[in-house]
Amino acid sequence: MTSRDDSDILLVRDLVTAFDTDEGQLTAVDGVSFRVKRGKTLGIVGESGCGKSVTALSIMRLLPYPMGKILNGEVLFEGRDLVAAPADALYRIRGAGIGMIFQEPMTALNPVHRIGEQLSEVYQLHHKSISRKEAWDRSVDMLSKVGIPSPEIRVGEYPHQLSGGMRQRVVIAMALALEPKLVIADEPTTALDVTIQAQILELMQSLQRRMRMSIIMITHNLGVIAETCDEVVVMYAGRIVEMGSVYQIFENPQHLYTCGLLNSIPRLENPRKSRMQTIRGFVPGLRELPVGARFAPRSPHPEARSYVDSDRYRTVRPDLVEIEDGHWVEDEPCVRVF
Amino acid sequence: MPNTEAARPLPQGASNAPLLEIKNLKMHFPVKGGVLMRAKKVCKAVDDVSLSIQPGETLGLVGESGCGKSTLGNCVVRLNHPTAGSVNFNGIELTRLSRKALKPYRKDIQMIFQDPAESLNARHSVREILEEPFILHHIGEADFRRKKVHELLEKVGLPSSAADRFPFEFSGGQRQRIGIARAIALNPKLIICDEPVSALDVSVQSQVLNLLLDLQKSMDLSYLFIAHDLAVVKHISDRIAIMYLGKIVESGPADSIYRHPYHAYTKALISAIPIPDPRKKSERIILKGDVPSPIDPPVGCAFARRSWMPCTEAEARQPGVFKEVRPGHWVELHPATVENYKDFL
Repeated sequence: MTSRDDSDILLVRDLVTAFDTDEGQLTAVDGVSFRVKRGKTLGIVGESGCGKSVTALSIMRLLPYPMGKILNGEVLFEGRDLVAAPADALYRIRGAGIGMIFQEPMTALNPVHRIGEQLSEVYQLHHKSISRKEAWDRSVDMLSKVGIPSPEIRVGEYPHQLSGGMRQRVVIAMALALEPKLVIADEPTTALDVTIQAQILELMQSLQRRMRMSIIMITHNLGVIAETCDEVVVMYAGRIVEMGSVYQIFENPQHLYTCGLLNSIPRLENPRKSRMQTIRGFVPGLRELPVGARFAPRSPHPEARSYVDSDRYRTVRPDLVEIEDGHWVEDEPCVRVF
Repeated sequence: MPNTEAARPLPQGASNAPLLEIKNLKMHFPVKGGVLMRAKKVCKAVDDVSLSIQPGETLGLVGESGCGKSTLGNCVVRLNHPTAGSVNFNGIELTRLSRKALKPYRKDIQMIFQDPAESLNARHSVREILEEPFILHHIGEADFRRKKVHELLEKVGLPSSAADRFPFEFSGGQRQRIGIARAIALNPKLIICDEPVSALDVSVQSQVLNLLLDLQKSMDLSYLFIAHDLAVVKHISDRIAIMYLGKIVESGPADSIYRHPYHAYTKALISAIPIPDPRKKSERIILKGDVPSPIDPPVGCAFARRSWMPCTEAEARQPGVFKEVRPGHWVELHPATVENYKDFL
């Protein structure tokens, strides 16, 4: 699973990320491995606190300092380990190699600088020789690429003068300005209305085709995953519980958590006012995580109860096992489809 | 736009009067500006809306941010004092009541908010939060209230031990349960649910939706369910109203709206929902531009300039006509909103 291959743009191997808190060290990402293929989109899906955003920040080495620490693992971007890379190498990779799109466009943009200044800065930081005029012109260009009407006017405006959808387009323009090979989008449409979300997803897909980039799409929205991703990673409580192609995950889910997620989405074709399927219980806190399969206490599997009481649950970490080509699932019968 | 939805004849068999009837409601906010901060413009957050809710019914109100859906809910509970129009609850005209005269009716209309973390007092224990409605309305003694708190917690699926804990000790879903317990404390008839599940994770969202459905059955509640997620609204509602820039553009039975949407905006909303099935790539209708500002909204049909259906500038300046196109299903008819709209005129 984790051998390097030239078709991979990114390979994450055994990543462990922890935070120092008043209550001691808490592990937010616990041994995560996956790969992103060139030109493809990998989705990371999971609920709040599952570690999907921390995984993204770890890849970019943008963890809050000094609390956040990568304790173990490798992040190989085109074969180069970012975990071990010195700070100045990271500056060059961020933006030019890997771009990042954040959820809240208002906090990702600086409110006291014009759109053009913020975009120009991206060009000027990475191309020392570029003139201000040239950077400004390129910014106008980039804004028109992401579909902002009258970009030559918008470029001179401040973030608060734009609507939420327009701001997110600016954030995308900044992330893509240097034509990175990989873009990490952390809930890029969650703060937007559905019709604007549709515009942004459409935009990202057409830019991806034109610029041949890879995308890591982090979201809790399974609809967005199904529409945009080639491969899917499902995370629960800091670990990957299942991964595979988008078809394997949606049509042949094997982990009971994946099934639970898929069943609890309200679908337009469901009968009205029918009871929705739910996952019983709730996500465990980071302080109370067992070594074994973390979904087991919520699993509807008949043997889940006895597993939770067993020594195995307290001491043995289940591996991921490949059950069909490229489809991996946590190797513990109590959390698997029965 | 003559919005006559509320004036429609009631369906056969539904002889009972609506629990809530909103007629020609307007909420216009002055927008201050200039050196002297005088009111210069008007923000038409809610502009001539008529709606009704029957006892035990859920009306879903859908629209994007800034369309005025929350303001409309606030007008019903008088968190906003409407500029014009009427809000008739169970035969009582609420807009004309003084704050004091309104108080007894506040028991009957409660509210659930989007963010339970912000709508629950962080310094109060769950017990204090749930006892407060009884204290404010002078209902029962300490013993009665104590009993009620435990009853309410049980109804919303929380352990009795929750009573002595504080809101921050709970997860988002549990906090929303506390918000719901507070809303049902005084046996209301109507609950305004303003985006009650949009801040929750999917698995928690479905739990809370089930709870709302169960409570509706056992307590015979009516809901005004305000949300931007059409799939959620369709699941829980009997009827749906689609709001765009302060106006209702389409309303009708939930299944009818989903199966036979007429208005271009409704069609765009439905097509924009990402489908959780990788083989069904939805044919998205991509709307042009953003929602216009409710401050100085466009004259005539507000949607004309975003629609893909062609209409002349002269037509765009004409307002649409709100008409019934199927039983109980009303639509704004305009060249830019409904295909072959003339067939329905």
